[in-house]
Amino acid sequence: MLVLEKNAMTAEIEKLVEKFSNNRSALLPILQEIQKKHKHIPDYAQQEIARLLDIHPVEVYSVISFYSFLNTQPKGRNIVRLCQTITCDMAGKQAVAKAIERELGIKFGETTKDNKFTLEYVNCLGMCDQGPALLINERVYPKVNPEKAVQILGEVK
Amino acid sequence: MEKKNRKGAVLFSDYKKGEGIKKAITLSREDILFEIRESKLKGRGGAGFPTATKWTLVSAASSEEKYVICNADEGEPGTFKDRVLLLEYPELVFDGMVIAGYVLGARTGILYLRGEYDYMKKSLEDYLETMRKENLLGKNILGKKGFDFDVVIRMGSGAYVCGEETALIESLEGNRGEARNRPPFPVTTGFLGKPTTVNNVETLASVAHIVIKGGAWFRKYGTDKSTGSKLFSVSGDCENPGVYELPWGTIISELLKLVGANNTKAVQIGGASGVCIPKSQFERTLAYEDMATGGSIIIFNESRNMLQVLKNFMEFFVEESCGQCTPCRIGNVKLLEGIEMIEKSEFTFSYINQLKELGRSMQVTSKCGLGQSSPNSFISILENFKEEIFNGNGGNNGK
Repeated sequence: MLVLEKNAMTAEIEKLVEKFSNNRSALLPILQEIQKKHKHIPDYAQQEIARLLDIHPVEVYSVISFYSFLNTQPKGRNIVRLCQTITCDMAGKQAVAKAIERELGIKFGETTKDNKFTLEYVNCLGMCDQGPALLINERVYPKVNPEKAVQILGEVK
Repeated sequence: MEKKNRKGAVLFSDYKKGEGIKKAITLSREDILFEIRESKLKGRGGAGFPTATKWTLVSAASSEEKYVICNADEGEPGTFKDRVLLLEYPELVFDGMVIAGYVLGARTGILYLRGEYDYMKKSLEDYLETMRKENLLGKNILGKKGFDFDVVIRMGSGAYVCGEETALIESLEGNRGEARNRPPFPVTTGFLGKPTTVNNVETLASVAHIVIKGGAWFRKYGTDKSTGSKLFSVSGDCENPGVYELPWGTIISELLKLVGANNTKAVQIGGASGVCIPKSQFERTLAYEDMATGGSIIIFNESRNMLQVLKNFMEFFVEESCGQCTPCRIGNVKLLEGIEMIEKSEFTFSYINQLKELGRSMQVTSKCGLGQSSPNSFISILENFKEEIFNGNGGNNGK
């Protein structure tokens, strides 16, 4: 990380601490905001959050590693999550998964070379009556089929 | 299904925004607690703890700070009733929270929304803002001196175990979502060590109706031990999946008829952590005293491979186990390995029986509800569908 980037990150975290307070209970909201913006929580951000909340960086890391929507390694600009739980599975998740994999040329768990998409499976999205369900960043797409899924991906910037 | 088409005796009956709060502030706390006790309302998340008992304990605790937490971390496979309530009936949920704040003497309410429901956050925040404008939240609510209450929304980040109340509190405190030892219970030592009530979205929504219409009205519906009605999230092989409000005591075969399920082989009651029943048990009733459930109903028709269903459930638990206690962390992996052995027809019956024993040990030795209930589907599916699973063909109905 460049010094300038570091300074910007520190300023950003300071702003978040101001917004959510410097109590330990503010840790998750702060991490979620950083994650949303940067698609991961870099080492430097973890250290700065720890410093400002007055906890050990290991504590911050342990929390990040617990939650499946937080990660320390960079991911693509858009995170595509396909529900793998039973009813979406029965509704044809496998065909959707295959179509997406073929279209993007990567497997689930991987990121495209242009850094545009990361593919992941996710557990129950709460759309069991409208499966298969796809979650792209924060938006949910119900009742997708292979063709529709690929079309939706085409519309994502 | 749209809101205007939803019909139900209790939760989906008429209710105007703020109605419950208006009525509540004219009553004393004891009167409201009395009505809730009269209603015999039990927790709708699945565990079925009496709400009145929980609230009495919190209201009796002497503390300046108390918290009302609404558990909207519905992660149980096959459950989506909270999504419908929050999107279409936010007035019930938030009024229920304000009433809880009034009864318990709490000033802060927290809605713990699962990370997957991030898309709802904006509309819920906007809704809370309109409540503040109408003085349904904030200071001296509706002119009631000294009644201050506000709600904040906090997001989860994709961890099923955070639906367990102590894990949820840990998560709110900025920790890994690992369940705590109980006692002490959250009612005395909850969020930040203060008395806290953690209630399911549907429980709080029921409270809003009970305050208006009374406990005796609520008790009219359902059975003696399971009063009122329940939202069932129906999915799987049926013509009309969706959320249905039905009184407790509904017979499973009636429900199957209602949702247009044909050729049904099995029904999973209570999501992945529930039990799977075969045709011979379709005459059982949905109630705390028979088939208790948080409302998840997944229907499987004759074409489904039950071993694959079970594998999907166990993969879910292996991923979602928090890893804190040994029975759950290792037990679930062992159960999944057992399923893979059956799949490849490389099993011995003595080992599978040992695994069932292991499952029973997990039920008594795991620290929280996750590990205590994850063997349910393993044991019930292997018992109830043994003919097709142990046919030496990896559970493929002879195909």
